[in-house]
Amino acid sequence: MHPAFSVIIFTTVSGAGFGLLCWLGLYAVAGLLPANQIFAFISIALAFGAIAVGLLSSTFHLGHPERAWRAFSQWRSSWLSREGIVSMLTFVPALVFAAGWILLRRSDGIFALSGALMSLLATLAVVCTAGIYFSLKPILAWHNNWVMPNYLALSAMSGMLLLTALASVFGYATATTYWLSLALIVTALLAKLGYWRFIDSAPVVSTPETATGLGSLGKVRLFKAPHTSENYLMKEMGFRIARKHARKLRIISVLLGFVVPFLLLVVAQRAEGFPAAAFSVAAVCISLTGVLTERWLFFAEAKHTVTLYYGGSLGAG
Amino acid sequence: MTALPQQTGKQLGLVIDLDICVGCHACAVNCKEWNSGGVAAPLTDLNPYGEDPLGVWFNRVHSYETDKGGKGTTVHFPRSCLHCAEPACVTVCPTGASYKRAEDGIVLVNEDLCIGCKLCSWACPYGAREYDYDAGVMKKCTLCIDKIYNENLDPADRVPACVATCPTSARSFGDFADPNSDVSKLVRERGGYDLMPEMGYKPTNKYLPPRTKNKPGDNAHALVPMMDQPAGFLGWVDRMLSSQ
Repeated sequence: MHPAFSVIIFTTVSGAGFGLLCWLGLYAVAGLLPANQIFAFISIALAFGAIAVGLLSSTFHLGHPERAWRAFSQWRSSWLSREGIVSMLTFVPALVFAAGWILLRRSDGIFALSGALMSLLATLAVVCTAGIYFSLKPILAWHNNWVMPNYLALSAMSGMLLLTALASVFGYATATTYWLSLALIVTALLAKLGYWRFIDSAPVVSTPETATGLGSLGKVRLFKAPHTSENYLMKEMGFRIARKHARKLRIISVLLGFVVPFLLLVVAQRAEGFPAAAFSVAAVCISLTGVLTERWLFFAEAKHTVTLYYGGSLGAG
Repeated sequence: MTALPQQTGKQLGLVIDLDICVGCHACAVNCKEWNSGGVAAPLTDLNPYGEDPLGVWFNRVHSYETDKGGKGTTVHFPRSCLHCAEPACVTVCPTGASYKRAEDGIVLVNEDLCIGCKLCSWACPYGAREYDYDAGVMKKCTLCIDKIYNENLDPADRVPACVATCPTSARSFGDFADPNSDVSKLVRERGGYDLMPEMGYKPTNKYLPPRTKNKPGDNAHALVPMMDQPAGFLGWVDRMLSSQ
């Protein structure tokens, strides 16, 4: 699949933003958020900014961005529509929560309740994002049970790394903050490795023979393409540039997304003051780069069933 | 609305006979011709006379070869929207631009509502939808909805452009909901089948398989001399020419 840059930015950045909102809400419920207005403002601004940038970016690949509002209408059947609605709904409790924490320095009572609701909706937003891909049957690499856990784990990880960086800059990071980050990195890495293992060995159901129904005549081979230059289908679904480097890109995304941030946080956990903050900030920046690479691969490695008509096959590689 | 109708009144669609199709691309060309002036117009062509033209077509004719028994069979294979009973292209649409008509099952795009997110094309395993980069909206086969119901046309002409133009009558148009329609009968008699039934989209259009061909040598006689021992005038000519 063609990796549209706007969609890669959207899923990665807004995923991190929703993850951060989710953790802020949970920390509020646990009564662990400090009543520091600057910390509150920067945390909220970062989360809102990430989500807003992501959502805006997602409209850039549209043919008619000015009609994007229409996407809120079909929530009964469309995951994309649900995604838009839940993203917007998340801002309702999030604004109440933000007002309480930033203006009134309170994250208890009604504001903790808003925080809980905000966490729930932020999680649902990520579920909806994953649902868009999960629901597409013609793309085996997306239509499987590894996609949802991957989106959730990566969003939770990115969000927690953001929170850890913020907390360490403001001197609020505790041992638990770091341990939680490290555990989430390991969880997300396992989910990603499991996903890759699955797509490398998933049984292929559709073949050129089932696509044409000519299997009874033997093996089906494309003899003559319908057109001499590429069409939309081949440009959009037949993308194969990154597949050539898939192995190397996977290693890069594992190193940048998970291994290096893990090591940096292990160091940060043992350091204090500025070094701890520097290492934590570096960890989240490097990790997001790795997750962007991972998201690029999520598209570039996904093969679409329609390529069967153009002489392709759906097996791994 | 992207909710699918429980049941459609009629179930209009095509039967494509892979035994007859000669791969002349006339259906694709006439489709382009009609729809360049129809409800989905224009079917934009970018760089049409350049080295790398890129255009929207609703119908594409592939040619495949098969290898059973070491003897290749060439099969020409027109591919267009199958107007599925379970079209995921409709249900994924976030705006309601894509819809399936309750009265006849035709799957359409309302271009005024389409935001061009391309998700419907991702949801279609058959490659029925092509994005118009110029108009910024998705386009697809309309089953010539502006032709089949057009009362200004002679009733005989109220069939999709691809069907009207096929020089070998490899394409038939009709109502699959009616078990006595010509298309229903064709499918019954010739073993019409669905493309990729494993996808669960329940396509309306059906394909008829190529008939079993006679193996070379079954009926045709290899060339043999007409006479082993030529006699008469021809024998005399043969002998004369053979000498020296």
